[in-house]
Amino acid sequence: MPMPALRSVADWVAAHPVSSFLAVFAVFPFLVPYQALATQVLIWGLFALGFNLLHGYTGLLSFGHAAYYGLGAYGAGILLAKLHFASVWGALAAGLLLAGTGGAIIGFFCLRRHGIYFAMLTLAFAQLLYFIGFHLSSWTGGDDGLRGIPQITLGFPGFPVSLEKPLAFYYFCFVLVGLAVALLKRILDSPFGAVLQAIRENSDRAVACGYDIDRVKLLSFVFSAMFAGLAGALDALRLTVVPIESLYWTTSGQVVMMTLLGGAGTFFGPFVGATAFLVLEDRLSAFTESWPLVIGAIFSAFVLFLPRGIWGTIIGGFHGRQSA
Amino acid sequence: MIDITASALVAQVFTGLVLGMIFVLLAIGLSLIFGLLTVVNFAHGSLYMLGAYFGVFVYGVTKNFWLSLVIAPLMVGTVGLLIERFLIRRLYGRSPDDPLLLTFGLSLIIVEGVRIIWGKIGLTIDPPKALGTAVNLGFMNFPAYRLFVIAVTVAVLVAIWLFLERTNVGLIIRAGSRDPLMVRALGIDLSRIWLLVFGIGTGLAGLAGILAGPMRGVYAEMGVTMVIESFVVIVVGGMGSLVGAVVAGLLMGQVVGLTTYFAPALAEIMVFIAMAVVLLVRPSGLFGEAGLLD
Repeated sequence: MPMPALRSVADWVAAHPVSSFLAVFAVFPFLVPYQALATQVLIWGLFALGFNLLHGYTGLLSFGHAAYYGLGAYGAGILLAKLHFASVWGALAAGLLLAGTGGAIIGFFCLRRHGIYFAMLTLAFAQLLYFIGFHLSSWTGGDDGLRGIPQITLGFPGFPVSLEKPLAFYYFCFVLVGLAVALLKRILDSPFGAVLQAIRENSDRAVACGYDIDRVKLLSFVFSAMFAGLAGALDALRLTVVPIESLYWTTSGQVVMMTLLGGAGTFFGPFVGATAFLVLEDRLSAFTESWPLVIGAIFSAFVLFLPRGIWGTIIGGFHGRQSA
Repeated sequence: MIDITASALVAQVFTGLVLGMIFVLLAIGLSLIFGLLTVVNFAHGSLYMLGAYFGVFVYGVTKNFWLSLVIAPLMVGTVGLLIERFLIRRLYGRSPDDPLLLTFGLSLIIVEGVRIIWGKIGLTIDPPKALGTAVNLGFMNFPAYRLFVIAVTVAVLVAIWLFLERTNVGLIIRAGSRDPLMVRALGIDLSRIWLLVFGIGTGLAGLAGILAGPMRGVYAEMGVTMVIESFVVIVVGGMGSLVGAVVAGLLMGQVVGLTTYFAPALAEIMVFIAMAVVLLVRPSGLFGEAGLLD
C-alpha cells in the first residue's frame, strides 16, 4: 500500500476507534497463525488498554499492574473453583470487584508520592500481593497456581451458550472487550478524560484550574485496575487455571512492554503492541530459549529510538506521547 | 532455655545486620544515581547479580577471592559507565520514566545474557579460607565472613562519606544534586560527573553482589527481589538521601531478620508492610525532604 493511503487509513482508524476495533477483531482469528493467539491478543490488549489509561493518558507509569490482573484472575478463579459459584457473570463481577478494590487501596498509597516514586511504589505493592498470593495457598493454590476452574456455559436465561470451543470463547471476549473499548472511548471523550490528559500535560496547571487532581488520579487508577482485572478474569476462564506468575512483576513488565511497543497514549497502541509482542514471543521461542534477550533488546531500542511505538509512529504527531 | 532463645535472637539480629549491609550498598548506589541523574536504575539488581558472576569468573581464573572482590566491582562499574555513556545519556531531557523503561529492558538482556554464558543452574563461591571459620563473640559464634561483610560495608561507607564531603568532585556532586543548572552556569561539565556517579553507583551494586555471593548463592534471578527491596529501602529512607538509605537499609535488614525468626512466612511481606506504614505516617520517607525531587 502506498504511504498516503496507509496514512489516511491510519487517520480514519484513529478517528473511529470503536468501529475500527469491531471491524478488525471480527475477522482477527482468521488473520493470525492460530486462533488461540487471537484470544490472547484480545485479553492482553484489554490489559494494556487499562495500563494505557493510566500511563498513556494520565501520565502515571505503573510498574505493578500485575496486581490488578492477578486480582481479577484470582477473584474469578476463587469464585468458580473454591466457592463453587458456577456463573461466568458472577466470576467476571468478582474479578472486577476485587481488582477495583485492590486498585483503590493500593492507588491511595501510591498516589501519596509523585513522579518516579510512583512507579517504584506500584511495583512494591504488586510484589507484596505476589507474596501474599504465594503464602495464602489454601485460597490461591500457592506455587502450583489455582487449579480446578470448571469450564462453564454462559448463562443467558433459557439460552445457554457453550464457551468450550476456542472460537466461541474468542467471540465472547470480543463482545466484552468491545464494550470495554467503547467505555474507554467514552471516558476519554468526557470532561473527566480531558482532565486526565491535562494532568499528564501539566499537573500544576490542572490544579490551578481548580481540579482535585488527587481524586481524578485515584479514579483513573481504579478504572485502569478494573480493565486489568477484567482481562485477568477472562484469562482465568480461558486457561481454567491461575498461575502464581499472574501476580509476578514479569507480568507487569510484559504489559509495560506491550503498551510501549504499540504506542503509549494512543488508542490502538495497546492492541498493536499486544499483537507484536505475542507474535514475536511465539516465533522467537520456537528458535531460541533466550527470547527474552531479543525482546529486551527490541524494547530498549524502542525506548531509545521510537518512543512513540509502532502505532504512535504510524499515526504521527498529534497523538504522540508526552516527551517532557 | 531462655538463654538459648536469647542467643538465637541475637544471632538473628546479626544476620539481619549483614543483610542490611547488602541493602545499604545497593540503596546507596541507587540513591546516588537518582539524586544526581534523576535516573531510577531498574538494572541495579541485574548489575548486583553480574557482580557475583564476575566475581566467580575472576575467582575461577585467579583462584584468589581478594582479587575478585576488587576486580568484579570494577568490571560492573565499567559496564555501568558504558550504559550511561552510550544509552542513558541519550534520554536526558526526555520523560524521567524513559531511563527506568530503558534500564528495565537492559535488565532483561543482562539476566538472559548471564543464563546464556553461565547456564541456568546457579553457581557457588566459597569465602576465602581465612574467613571460613566462626568467630567467638563471647556470647555466640558468628561466621567470620559475615563480620567481614559488615566491616567492608562500613569501610566503603566511610570512604564514600569522605569522598562526598572532603573532595572537590564530591562537592560538585552534592551541588549538582541540589541545583544542576547553577553548577553548569558556573562552568562545570556535569556530564562527566554523571558518568562517574553512574559508574560508582553500579560498581557498588557489583560489590554488593560479590559480597553476597558466598552467603546467598550466585544465580541469574538473585537481583530481582533485591532490586525491588532496594527500591523499598530508598522509599523508606527518603529518596536521594544517603543517610536515609543507610538507616532504612539497616532497618529493613532487621525487619527481614526478625520476622524470619518470629514468623518465617511473613518475612518477605513485612518489608512492604513497613513501607506502607512509613508512607502513611511520613510520605516523604524517614529522611526525605517533602517535595524534593518529586
